[in-house]
Amino acid sequence: MGDQRIKNIILEIISVVAPDAEITDVKADVRLRDQLDLDSMDFLDIVMELRKRYKIEIPKEEYPELATLDSCAAYLGPKLAAVPA
Amino acid sequence: MDYDVIIIGAGMSGLAAGIRLAYFGKRVCILEKHYAFGGLNSYYRLDGRDFDVGLHAVTNFVGPGVRGTPLPKLLRQLRMSRNDFDLQPQVFSEIRFPGVSLRFTNDLNDLIADVAEKFPAEADRFRKLCEHVRDFDDVVLLSDYQSTRETLKEFLHEPMLIEMLLCPIMYYGSAEEHDMDFLQFVIIFKSLYCEGFARPRDGVRKIIKALVKKFRSCGGELRMQTAVERLDVADDRVTSVAIGGGETLTCSTVLSSAGYVETMRFCEDGPTVPADEVGRVSFVETIAVLDKLPQQLGHEAAIVFFNDCETFTYAMPEVPVDLRSGVVCCPSNYEGHDDMPEGLLRMTWLANSGVWMADGEEAYRQRKIDYLSEFKTQARRYVADFDEHFVVSDMFTPRTIQRFTGRVNGAVYGSPRKRRDGRTHLKNLFLCGTDQGYLGIIGALLSGITIANMHVLAEE
Repeated sequence: MGDQRIKNIILEIISVVAPDAEITDVKADVRLRDQLDLDSMDFLDIVMELRKRYKIEIPKEEYPELATLDSCAAYLGPKLAAVPA
Repeated sequence: MDYDVIIIGAGMSGLAAGIRLAYFGKRVCILEKHYAFGGLNSYYRLDGRDFDVGLHAVTNFVGPGVRGTPLPKLLRQLRMSRNDFDLQPQVFSEIRFPGVSLRFTNDLNDLIADVAEKFPAEADRFRKLCEHVRDFDDVVLLSDYQSTRETLKEFLHEPMLIEMLLCPIMYYGSAEEHDMDFLQFVIIFKSLYCEGFARPRDGVRKIIKALVKKFRSCGGELRMQTAVERLDVADDRVTSVAIGGGETLTCSTVLSSAGYVETMRFCEDGPTVPADEVGRVSFVETIAVLDKLPQQLGHEAAIVFFNDCETFTYAMPEVPVDLRSGVVCCPSNYEGHDDMPEGLLRMTWLANSGVWMADGEEAYRQRKIDYLSEFKTQARRYVADFDEHFVVSDMFTPRTIQRFTGRVNGAVYGSPRKRRDGRTHLKNLFLCGTDQGYLGIIGALLSGITIANMHVLAEE
């Protein structure tokens, strides 16, 4: 799965987890928490939505890998490889 | 039947926990012993009219665009929108003590200004208290007890101001008599004075129906009129849940919103609960229907908290009802409510649950009638002379609360000892709702969400 597609997936999930967050202009290399109003409950939900939708497991200690859109793409790429494009 | 999670009670916290768990694919069943949803915040129909139980105001109300407070947090967590709850803000509320009253709105600055006007010497000190409350960490799960009265004395010098601030806060959420844990004070202070009051136009049923619909749409199962008889226990775990008719359900985790004392009584091996952990604070409430709206009779406050002496006593009274203080709620005094077909007036007093429980049927009925005349006297004093507009009334007592919610003593705020992490003596049994410690409707919803997240979803 391409990086852009993964980033779009994350943005789509954020729009469900935090529908009041403004996601039209998210910078890929800046921490999501610093540009969107997301708290730890919201981050748990991003992880939960990934599990619900794509059956991928993310251990707690690897949550920091989801800090930015770029890091999401790098980290999730291999995990989502099995998901049909 | 086998479930991932069984939730005891279809009140606010149980439904919220259920939505979270069902949404993320858990097999969830909520057991409710009553035929109505809502628990301590429920509703009913009588002679063609809709009545609420519990809800005077949804506290923690903030407008669209405000972030980081309980209401927007829980809407996100439940994947629900502001429209689902139809919350209409109050205009103002009042605290009335002998010779002085304070007005507050959904903007803390109004209260700060009114305190400065009525208690000029306290203006700066009150502002400092507000800052202290704002900066206080109220999401900690473990903390030491800190007396609110002692803490307030460090900030404020005018005893009556302390009493006036405490009156609404204790009435809207203290399970403890006389004093309360400062952490609990902070939570309720924010929900009342920093955030504020709102109400759905249709009352609490709007919120409950939206929650039930959401829960079902996520695939959750609800079993009404299904009381838990026993929790079977082995090796420090609940192994099965016995319900009526000899039926037994199994599950990995049980979340109970029934209350700590009440939940322990379900357990085969339940520890004896110390007497001082059993809640005692209960209320009598009279609901009167009027042929005019209270605002047409000159009464415009959404809520009035009154106390007729300089000190405020918050405790179970020796007498059936403590008439010295109370709360008057006018549901039509919220924005967008002025087209209500009839006026409603609700008055709540502290009550002695033992007296109301012990009455025979006839004595109980008579006692209700006696207190209806007290209600009219007090309403004349604090609202308006509405006698000629009086249509009909209803009353609930500690006995009503105990019958419909199973709460021992009809104690609506549960045990004075809160268990913020939800843990019990069993590894897979957790508390949510009142005895976990987040209060009010929004607090109860957040309690269910927090416990479901912490002990089920984050555990995998």
